[in-house]
Formats: sequence, C-alpha cells, structure tokens
Amino acid sequence: MNIQKSPDKLTARDYATDQEVRWCPGCGDYAILKAVQRTLAELQADPDQTVFVSGIGCAARFPYYMETYGFHTIHGRSPAIATGVKLANPDLNVWVVGGDGDMLSIGGNHTMHALRRNVDLNILLFNNEIYGLTKGQYSPTSQTGTRSPSTPYGSVDLPVSAAQFALGAGGKFIARSADILQKHLPVVLKRAYENHGTSFVEIMQNCIVYNDAVFSHFTEKSVAADMQVHVEHGKPLIFGSDLDKGLRLKKDALELEIVTIGKNGVSETDILNHDEKNRPLAMLLASMIPPEFPIALGVLYSDPSPTYDKAVHDQVESVKTKNGPGNFNKLLRRGHTWEV
Amino acid sequence: MSEVSALERPEEKRDEVESAVVRFAGDSGDGMQLTGTQFTLTAALAGNDLATFPDFPAEIRAPAGTTFGVSAFQINFGARRIMTSGDSLDVLVVMNPAALITNLSDVKPGGIVIADSGAFTSRNLTKAGYESNPLETGEGLEKYRLIQIDMSRLTVESVKEFGLSNKEALRSKNMWALGLVYWMYGRPRKASVDWLNAKFSKQPEIAAANIAALNAGHAFGETAEMPAEIGGYSIPAAEIEPGLYRTVTGTESVALGLLAGTQLANVGLTFCSYPITPASALLHQLAAMKEFGVVTFQAEDEIAAVCAALGASYGGSLGITSSSGPGIALKMEAIGLAIATELPLVIVNSQRAGPSTGMPTKTEQSDLYQAVFGRNADAPMPVISVSSSTDGFDVAIEAVRLATKFMTPVMLLTDGYLANASEPWRIPDISEYDSFKTNFTTDPKNFEPFSRHPETLSRPWVKPGTPELAHRIGGIERSDGSGHISYSPENHQKMTDLRAQKIDNIANYIPEQEIEQGEANDDLVVVGWGSTFGPISRAVSNLRIEGLGVAQIHLRYIWPLPKNLEELLSNFGKILVPEMNNGQLVTLLRSQFLLPAKGFNKVNGKPFLIKELEEAIRSELDK
Repeated sequence: MNIQKSPDKLTARDYATDQEVRWCPGCGDYAILKAVQRTLAELQADPDQTVFVSGIGCAARFPYYMETYGFHTIHGRSPAIATGVKLANPDLNVWVVGGDGDMLSIGGNHTMHALRRNVDLNILLFNNEIYGLTKGQYSPTSQTGTRSPSTPYGSVDLPVSAAQFALGAGGKFIARSADILQKHLPVVLKRAYENHGTSFVEIMQNCIVYNDAVFSHFTEKSVAADMQVHVEHGKPLIFGSDLDKGLRLKKDALELEIVTIGKNGVSETDILNHDEKNRPLAMLLASMIPPEFPIALGVLYSDPSPTYDKAVHDQVESVKTKNGPGNFNKLLRRGHTWEV
Repeated sequence: MSEVSALERPEEKRDEVESAVVRFAGDSGDGMQLTGTQFTLTAALAGNDLATFPDFPAEIRAPAGTTFGVSAFQINFGARRIMTSGDSLDVLVVMNPAALITNLSDVKPGGIVIADSGAFTSRNLTKAGYESNPLETGEGLEKYRLIQIDMSRLTVESVKEFGLSNKEALRSKNMWALGLVYWMYGRPRKASVDWLNAKFSKQPEIAAANIAALNAGHAFGETAEMPAEIGGYSIPAAEIEPGLYRTVTGTESVALGLLAGTQLANVGLTFCSYPITPASALLHQLAAMKEFGVVTFQAEDEIAAVCAALGASYGGSLGITSSSGPGIALKMEAIGLAIATELPLVIVNSQRAGPSTGMPTKTEQSDLYQAVFGRNADAPMPVISVSSSTDGFDVAIEAVRLATKFMTPVMLLTDGYLANASEPWRIPDISEYDSFKTNFTTDPKNFEPFSRHPETLSRPWVKPGTPELAHRIGGIERSDGSGHISYSPENHQKMTDLRAQKIDNIANYIPEQEIEQGEANDDLVVVGWGSTFGPISRAVSNLRIEGLGVAQIHLRYIWPLPKNLEELLSNFGKILVPEMNNGQLVTLLRSQFLLPAKGFNKVNGKPFLIKELEEAIRSELDK
C-alpha cells in the first residue's frame, strides 16, 4: 500500500497517499495540504518517523492524504491522543490537524493543556469560522451576527481568538498564516517543525461552501497589503502597499496604533521592531482585528522552553539512575513481610 | 527511642478464641485508618489470617465530632481462613459520641464497647444527636459490655514529659487505644514502635510521644486496671500455606499486576489517569514505579486520560487508564475508538455507589452493564473482574494478556471495597509466570493494517517509526484487510461480525469455569463475581457444613463468559446470583442462557454480610 519513494530525494508527491482527496472543490484545505507536503519535502522529513493525528471535521481528514503514519481519532481529542503518542515515543514528529470547532469548542480543554504542558507537537488549526462537516452551523470563532442554520437570526455570542487563546494558555510558539499564502505558509510551517514544544499555527482557511470569503477583507489582492502585517523577528512592523504604514505603541498606553511613515514627523525608527520573545507584544499583535488594524501573520511568539514529553522521560531516567533499574521481585517484597 | 515494655500477660491466663472482629471508630482527624493499619500488620505478623474494611467519609476534613465525619477501620483476624471483614463486631473502640451512635448497632450482643469518656463532652454529645450521655445513663448500651476510659486525659498524662501542647498531645490517643487493644489480644508492640520511629524519624519527640501513649494504653490493660470480667484473649496463628507474606490492598495488587503483565508482554506501560475516588490510589502506586520505566500521566480530564492511553498504545506502549463509574462513562467514546481501530488498552474501573456522584467512598458493583454494554453501536470488549484484594495481581496480568494478544480494550472491574481492603498475600515469584511476549509487526512484505491472525483474529500492532509500514487508521469504518475508509454495506456487516467474533473467540483462550465449592448437581448454586467472593464463600461453606446442597461458582470472566458455564449452570436445581447492584449479572446470565437465575441484591454501600447470604440461600431452598 506504500507508494514507492524516490531513492535519493523525497518530493512533495512522495508525501501524498493514493487516496482520493474528498474536500469540496475550491476548499482551502487543498492549498494547506499542498503546503504541508511541500514543507515536508523541503525538510526531507522521514515519513516513517512522522505521524499526523486528527480529530473530527473536514480538516481532520488530513491524515488519510499524508503518506506517513496517521491516526484519525474522535472529535476534539486529537491533542490528548497525540500527547499519548509522544509519551510512548518522544522521537516521533507528531502533527495535529483540526478545525476551529474541533480544537476550540469540543476539544478546547485538550488544546489548552497541550499548550501549557508544551508537548512537542505541531498543531495546525484550520480556522474557517464555521462548522463545515455538519453543514454550516456557526462556530466558536464565528463573528457575532453570523447567520447559519443554527443561528438563523445571527449568532449573539462573542468569538474566541485562537492566537490569543493559545498565548493565554501558555503556548511557547504561536504563529498565523492563511491557506492562500503559498509562499508564507511553508515558511511558518518550517518554523513550527523546527520548534521543540507545542507549535501552534492558526491557518485562516476559506470554506467555500458555508462561509465563503469570510476572510476576503484581508486576503483579497486589492486589500492584502494594507490589511496584513507580516511579522519577522527583529524587523520593523511595517506594512501597506507603499510600505509606508507601521505599528507603534501609543504614547502613555499599552496599545498599538497605526502611523504613516513620513507624516506628522514619523520616521521608520519610530516603528516597533518585532520581538518574537516578547509575550505582551505578541498579545497585542494577536488581538489586532481587520479592518481597524491589519491582521498579524507570521511567528507572533516563539520562546522555546523544555518540552513535557522530554521532561517525563528525563524524570524516569533520573529515577532509574538514582534507584537502579527496577527489580520486580524486590518490589513485591517492599515494606513489611513475614515468613510463615 | 523508646523501649517496648517487656511485661506481657502470660498466655495461660488468656481465653483462646478462633477469630475476632475489631473496629476502631472515631473522628476523621483521630487517625483511625492508621490505627487499623497498624493492628492489621501486627495481626499478620502474629500469623493470623485476616481481612479488613476501611470505611471513611468522602469529606477530607468533615467538621469534628459530626456523624458524617466518622472514620472507621474494621479487621477480622483469626486462627482459621478469614473470608470477610466480619458481619458483626466483638470489640468496638469509639473515640467520640458520633462514632458510638453510628457504629453501635454492628456490635454483637455481649460484645465489648470501649469508649473514650473524655470525648463525651456535652458539645460532642449534641453534635452526635444525644440528649444525654449514654455512658452515664447506659441507655442503648444494655446489651453490651461497656468499658469507659478517659483516654484523652490518660494520653495527655502519658506524654507530659515531651512538652507538647494539649492539642498535639491528644493526637496520640489513637496509639493509646491501639496499645490497649494490643494488650487485649496479647500482641507485641514492636512492629508499631518501629513504624512510629521510622515515620517520625525527623520529629523524634512526636515518635516518642506516640510510643509513650501506645505503651501507656498497653500498661493500662496489663496493670489490671481493666474490669475483672474482661481479661485478655489469644488468637493462635492460622494454618496458612508456608511462604513469604505481605499485606496487600486491591489497589496495590492491581498496580503490581499491571506492571508484571507489561513485563511479561515485554511492552512499555503508559498509565494515564485523572484523580477520582476510589481509583486515584492506582495512579499514586504506579507513579512511584518509575525505576521500571513506567510512565504516568495525570491528564486534564477523564477523556484526555483514556485518549492519551490510546495514543500511547498506538505509539507502541501499552496504554492503561483508570477511573470509577462516572469517569468511565466519560471515557466510553474513546473506548469505542479503541474497539474500532483494534488497539490494545486496559481500563481499570474501581466501581462505587452511584449513579452520578452517588456515594464516592462506598462500594458497589453496579457497572457491569456499563462495562459490557455501555457504548454506542455494537462494540464488544472483554470484561474481567477482581474477586479479592490479592486476586488483583493475576487479573491485572490477564487484562494485559488479553489486550495485547487480541488487540482490544479490556475492562478490569474492581470496586471501592477491594481498592482499600487488605489481606495477607503469599508473595508470588514472577519467574513462575509464563511470558506472553508481544510481536510488533516489522515486515513490510504483504503488510495490511487490518489483516487478521487466522486463530485470534487480531490485527498487526505496528509501532509508528517502523520503516516502510506507514499507514493510516481511524474511527471511520475501514475495509477488512487494507484498512482504507469504506462505507460499503457488505464491509460494515463483515467488520461488525468480525469484531464480535474476535471477542467471542476469546472464550477459547480462557480457562473453563470451575466450581468453587460443592457438587455439579447440588440443589442450588450461588453465582457471584467481584468482591462478593469472601462472604459468599463463607456463607456457602457454613451451609454445606450443615448439610445443605449448596454450591458456589465465582466468575472472573464476565465477557465473554466461560464456554462451559451454560452447561455447568443448567445442572443445578436453582441459581442464585447475589450482587451489590440491582441485578446485572443475573440479567446477563438469563439473557445469554435462558436459565431461571434469581437475583439477591443489596446496594447500601457495604459488602454483604455472611448471615444475609445464608438467609437468602435458606429461603431459596425453603430450609
């Protein structure tokens, strides 16, 4: 059932299975699948050491299309199952794929705990702000007022911001990209792969059937330059079709503001430099919502720290070293014993 | 370090008795569980057989002096085989009025009640609901031999030299009571003295105070300050199979069995759990076994616990999860995924009284339906049960064997009583157990993830990372063989049948059912499962001594049932199924075999009494 691999160098096609891809024509998931396959090829990731784990939803079909190990599980639980995979075998490269309903609604708790534990997982959250597989109900990331079969008069609850949630949960690597950004997305995915710990990547993904063009106000070519700021560590937060807009901190307030370089005495040196180790800055960037602000894309935050799975196994090893390898018959005789 | 007084009452002055049931009862803060555990250890060291019943409140620190804050520890110890913690009490030690009012009815007529009169203050009497002091009026105590001693005052006096506050000094009064009961049964104090010295090695004055109190209680009995009619007793050693022994609770034996099982299977153990009463102790036990490479994971919830365990099994280690009834309910969707993807998994269910929160610290065996039937769709899995505190070892090994051999989740049923109750255990030698080494598939030739072993029908277990075996599995129905997603009607029928056949077929790989006591054509057979083993065994043996034609069958395998069980049962005139639930095994047996089995059911949070079972059997036999 395996596709023959080319002997020297793996190409993106080597990471594709022979299974027919069954997303709707025009679905953003196709682009993400391509980007992931290209990224793995670029990294020459060993397919036998790679595992894709998913929950339930359109995005969760992902593992069936990857010529790697794969486990399509149950709704919301993929971060927990992936944690178990890493506990059993910390050497595997484990990717977790799911949608906004899967990971922020039914599975929000597991997403939160994977993030705070810093389990070495690459979590790809395909955010399309809607439930696709169940035919179009509003999701926890849907904007207030979203009309859907379950909210015919518009939703009345406030949405959750995936990146802010991940930061709040203690995530150490938070990034954002979009399905149509075929140059940007692989760069972000590569960074996620290279980070040890939970790498959380929110990918804005268009659901062509139930929520088409929900992100067009920042993805359309005509507005993209003004509505997206691509953050890069150490570089100024500049954007705009003329690269004349920038972000800086408001005077006397912990708030960002948009300024125009060359106007009102603003020069490039006044613009904030992105510092991906700066958590408060990451929170400010994550909370920018178009059209008032551009959406921040790229690695918003990256502050690598020890991973949970390694800590667990290090502790086991240290106890083995301290107590010596376990002797079962000795364990049975631990404590008070007596001879009859 | 204090010395143990050398004076012991000469054995010849003691009345020899065959067995005795003693219960220590007091406030949650009175240290009754420690007292009982120490008495247990000393009885075991004296060569008695024994069984214990710790009974404590759900509240961590219930308000002092209240009836719902009473904590008790009961031990039945004797010169003969002990099957239960005892129906009724020979000796009740009460540390306050609440303990008296909640425990008195369990004392045998003529039994001894030892009360700390110092704790019978008007405040404590009111909290317990007494209008007057029963120690003074004797009201309600007419049937018993009452010994009232101001243990509180005597304890404070005995530890005066250590300069403790009154409150600190009173903490030793459990040891004073223990010392007195040690004297009553002619027990040496050495083991408890050693234990106190070890436990308080960093606070030598606390150790010394406790030992002083222990000695003072003992001396109180010894110096004939006890009423004349209450002399000492002696209980000779029981005839016990020679060997090296320890005490073990059901939790400890299951923990050791899970580790032993994974060693015999030669797989890693990844234990994933979420705290819940009375199952948490299993996590504590295994978390302390890291030198064996055991990985433990305290998950964020019950669902994450079973999912991580399943992920671990997928990853090539044996995932094990544990909980109690309500937590097991939360795990069921993931257990269904384990059944669908045919991955090994062990689920330990320490049953408790329910439904919902129910009575978390009280025992019940009411999750049989949940274990056998409690999943969406046709989702069969093996269910096995633990019948005594020591039995957990072999049952846990068996759970690991079935899970890995048949690539299936297995549910192991134990209960709140077994989890906490201890009994002596002849320590096994692990080298005498047959290994059942796991064969991970590594050969890519003709590999299919859902190919089947021709006899066991189990599918290959592949560790991710194995070269050239990359494949996908999942909860969507899959083709037999290739494992590709399939919505084909024929395939779903085939896979459903295969999943059922695989589990039914396990009946060919488990021992045939044996008759515990009695003959194959007795008038009545008592069929039990789980922790009712002790009281049923004693009730049946008592009635057999009387000449009644009563037999006993006790099931370890609940699903699939042993293949000879139907034939065995059909030879008996009557079938009685006692259960601590509203009639679950009895329904299973009736539905499987169309036999007229009758239930005898009790759900008061306590194990069966021997006499209750004897009465039920007699009434069934009209004797």
